[in-house]
Amino acid sequence: MERLRRKSQYIFTLLANAYWLFPWRSPIYQGPLKKICFPGLNCHSCPAATMSCPIGALQNLLATLRPGLQMGQIHFGAYVLGSLGLIGSIGGRMPCSWICPFGLLQKWLFLLPVPKLSFWRPLRWGPYLFLIVFVVLLPILVVDSLGYGSTWFCKYVCPAGTLEAGIPLLCLDQGLRRAAGWLFAYKFIVLILLLIWCTVTTRPFCRAICPLGAIYGLFNRISWLRLRFHPDRCVQCEACLTICPTGVSFYNGLDDLNSAACIRCLRCFSICPANAVTLEFGPVREDISNTSESEII
Amino acid sequence: MRRYLPLFTAIAFIALLALGIWSGEVPVVWHKAITICLSCIGIG
Repeated sequence: MERLRRKSQYIFTLLANAYWLFPWRSPIYQGPLKKICFPGLNCHSCPAATMSCPIGALQNLLATLRPGLQMGQIHFGAYVLGSLGLIGSIGGRMPCSWICPFGLLQKWLFLLPVPKLSFWRPLRWGPYLFLIVFVVLLPILVVDSLGYGSTWFCKYVCPAGTLEAGIPLLCLDQGLRRAAGWLFAYKFIVLILLLIWCTVTTRPFCRAICPLGAIYGLFNRISWLRLRFHPDRCVQCEACLTICPTGVSFYNGLDDLNSAACIRCLRCFSICPANAVTLEFGPVREDISNTSESEII
Repeated sequence: MRRYLPLFTAIAFIALLALGIWSGEVPVVWHKAITICLSCIGIG
């Protein structure tokens, strides 16, 4: 299972960044594939990006909501939310661990042999804060005299934009290099700090920041694919907790196995020696509760 | 009702996706994605 997931991550990372003609043709890909929202976090201004970033696209639509309404166009992000909701309703947060290139980067960085730190659990609310404030509210509410907002998450937070688009484009274009100022310096520092954090903690961006993961996480309990914990089979070996990249502690009832924090890497399913974690696909079974806590009680 | 929640959710989001396509959001998404986003790269 782990090998399959690794292959999936590599394949999707390559598919999302398959335009290698940028040094000779246009600096970024401008073809029809960019009409599709990529299910992971991958900046569409990356020179090699072939698809659009859903978080960037959603912010752009919300930032132009007011002028659009004045012109009789209601573009509130239905296309982007529909795409994400459809994927989320099938696999929940599965794209975070099977598709997302930024998730793959975090996984690599954590392999570096440096001292490791635990994750402070209240930071789990971070993705919702970034989603509600930076992706939705600020682009709609803070507007210029013409009614246009800004893409706040991309501008002030997103490290993927700095890494995948900012650095390569500034290397390629002298004009952009000259235009770079304090904002680029700030974003670069944010990126460096995050990359350092990734070396000491597992998937800190997914757990504390990512608004895309926050959207997918809302579907974990009601998606077609779900995990089920069987406490009667559990031998309390803690192998699931040890291997979980997001620290979901379901064996002792602290978390729900299908909580929004779970990125569906399925490592707990693979490693459990007692088969206490199983996969379900299809309608929700009502005979047994999905929550580990209620089953333990 | 809860049993078929995954199905209802998927149908609702397919409808939302269709609404987005019908209302002309796809060209807007495409147009933004084919131009260099200065905010993303930390310039504007």
